[in-house]
Amino acid sequence: MNPLSSKATFEIKHHGTNPCLLLEGNWRDSRERPTVEAMESALDGALNRGVPRVSIVLQDDVVWDARLMAMLIRLHRYCRDRNSELDLNATPDAMQRLFRLATAVDNPPSRPPKPPGFLARLGEGLSHIADDVGRFLAFIGELAVAILRFVTGRSQTRIRDLFYFIDLGGPKAVGIVSLISVLVGMILAYLGSVQLRQFGAEVYVANLVGLGMVREMGPLMTAVIMAGRTGAAYAAQLGTMQSNDEVDAVTTLGLSPMEYLVVPRVLALILVMPPLVILSNSIGLGGGALVAAGMDVNFVQFINQAQDAVSLGDVTTGLVKAVVFATLIAIAGCQAGLQSGRTSAAVGDATTRAVVHAVVYLVVADAVLNILYDKLEI
Amino acid sequence: MTDEEDLITVSNLTMAYGGRVIQREINFSIARGDVFIIMGGSGCGKSTLLRHMIGLAIPASGEILIEGKNFFSAGDEEQKAMRRNWGITYQSGGLFSDLTLGENVAVPLQQYTAFTDGEIRDLVDYKLALVGLYGYQAYYPGEISGGMQKRAALARAIALDPAILFFDEPSAGLDPLSSRRLDELIVEISASIGGTVVIVTHELASIFSIATNAVFLDAESHTQLDVGSPRHLVENSRHAVVRQFLSRGNAMPVAIGGERNP
Ligand SMILES: Nc1ncnc2c1ncn2[C@@H]1O[C@H](COP(=O)(O)OP(=O)(O)OP(=O)(O)O)[C@@H](O)[C@H]1O
Ligand SMILES: [Mg+2]
Repeated sequence: MNPLSSKATFEIKHHGTNPCLLLEGNWRDSRERPTVEAMESALDGALNRGVPRVSIVLQDDVVWDARLMAMLIRLHRYCRDRNSELDLNATPDAMQRLFRLATAVDNPPSRPPKPPGFLARLGEGLSHIADDVGRFLAFIGELAVAILRFVTGRSQTRIRDLFYFIDLGGPKAVGIVSLISVLVGMILAYLGSVQLRQFGAEVYVANLVGLGMVREMGPLMTAVIMAGRTGAAYAAQLGTMQSNDEVDAVTTLGLSPMEYLVVPRVLALILVMPPLVILSNSIGLGGGALVAAGMDVNFVQFINQAQDAVSLGDVTTGLVKAVVFATLIAIAGCQAGLQSGRTSAAVGDATTRAVVHAVVYLVVADAVLNILYDKLEI
Repeated sequence: MTDEEDLITVSNLTMAYGGRVIQREINFSIARGDVFIIMGGSGCGKSTLLRHMIGLAIPASGEILIEGKNFFSAGDEEQKAMRRNWGITYQSGGLFSDLTLGENVAVPLQQYTAFTDGEIRDLVDYKLALVGLYGYQAYYPGEISGGMQKRAALARAIALDPAILFFDEPSAGLDPLSSRRLDELIVEISASIGGTVVIVTHELASIFSIATNAVFLDAESHTQLDVGSPRHLVENSRHAVVRQFLSRGNAMPVAIGGERNP
């Protein structure tokens, strides 16, 4: 008989009182193999009689692999639960050794807590919103204290880190900020030109682009870019540090994670955002001028008109926004990173959360600031 | 291929990171069924040598043959077939942190076999039971101790009953008793599944209790000092460094060797 094609079978034999499970055939390659359940029910009669022992016997040409071992381990537990034991003394040496190893430690631990179901999580999610707001405010408070200590020179923040993060966030973002700004400037100009041409007032395109960039689009678009670039990077860095025990090490070395990790990141972003916004404003105006040139408003006219329209106050409102946005982005990133779990999936979640929170904060803060400016008539 | 033929041959191997040579002129061979130890001081290039053997790093020069085949000149399918025969644990664990232990052990089974879900579930149970972690299927690596993580990594490495097992410091960081138990578990399991084992370690207890052969790498001369059975080398190595390295734990070989086969 060809061993590869031979079927895997078992039968129960009785030697005296104790039953014996005889295994035959090729248990490694054959497609149809009996299940453990089949063996269990074949043994049920004997087990119900209370036999103390079930022996396993392998026919000489039996071919077996780890799957047969896995079945025997299950069968062993089945017999043990019915006050009987599986006896492998008649099986090959390797099988006996594996069996001994696999049954050496046989008391399972208590189950780990099950993750809560969807509804429970939804409920928890709602009650967590209050916690979230609380944590956010606490974070801002701690950060304010840490920054104050930094300013008064009593902090553990390393200046070297500050420069490192400035370099990471600033010069390296110039390319993408320029690209987006020139496009936004052009879009604003197109949008305005279509309307203004109806009144023959093309030259006012400069007012629209100038005010639009300086007060609104410059700070906002730069902030969105920085949220995706720098905020996400902060969350990923801190999340990975969390999972490598680095954050714990910072704490137990007597350093404050807030001063050592968060302050340099937040300050760096606050310092690089205003220059980037000024860059964005200028390049946006350039983009607008390009489009205006196509409508017979030449470059000098455009710049003069824009200069008349945009006051220093307008530029300042934009820069105030830049500072507020920078703070919010950095906080969203750092907070997500520090509260990250320790698995690789958790670090991914933290990064997502950093960007989503940052964008929400940005839009809310922008609305609040615009209302404020309106009331104060600036 | 006959059984006497060497399973792994390393010839004139030079390993470097960038231009920096870590080790040169490495020569040794590992026979089928060996428990082969890569030993040497910290930072001498043990992990690096292992990474070269498992095809994660390309030799600067020289060659590593496994079952007569060079991993880097093999085609995709052949590389996959070679990898299927290897079980590997890494120095810093390498368990997937976002999968449970059960899912971790199931990964190679799902990747390489056509077993049914039920069969895979039973096999995962069994492999975890082999390393003493029965019942821990639903735990995440972050929820168990460091020693248990080492054993879980072992369970994943042996999931496919591989012909060659590569372990990078499997027992580092464990207490001496657990560490010895883990070492013995490795030998016991590999003997039962008929495998060859390559272990990186600088722990003397492991070296004497489980090794059949060993290579000693030296950080200063950037090459291997000696190859042979540790019991032989401790007395007879031509190099004083090797004799000293091995005899630091003079009392150990006797005690552990005596206890292993009661
Ligand atoms: N990715 C890498 N890039 C550059 N150099 C490396 C890299 N990995 C290791 N090295 C260098 O190679 C040398 C050997 O490192 P390796 O990790 O192989 O040592 P080891 O013998 O395993 O040490 P240990 O016992 O501490 O684990 C070290 O000097 C290390 O600095
Ligand atoms: Mg190493």
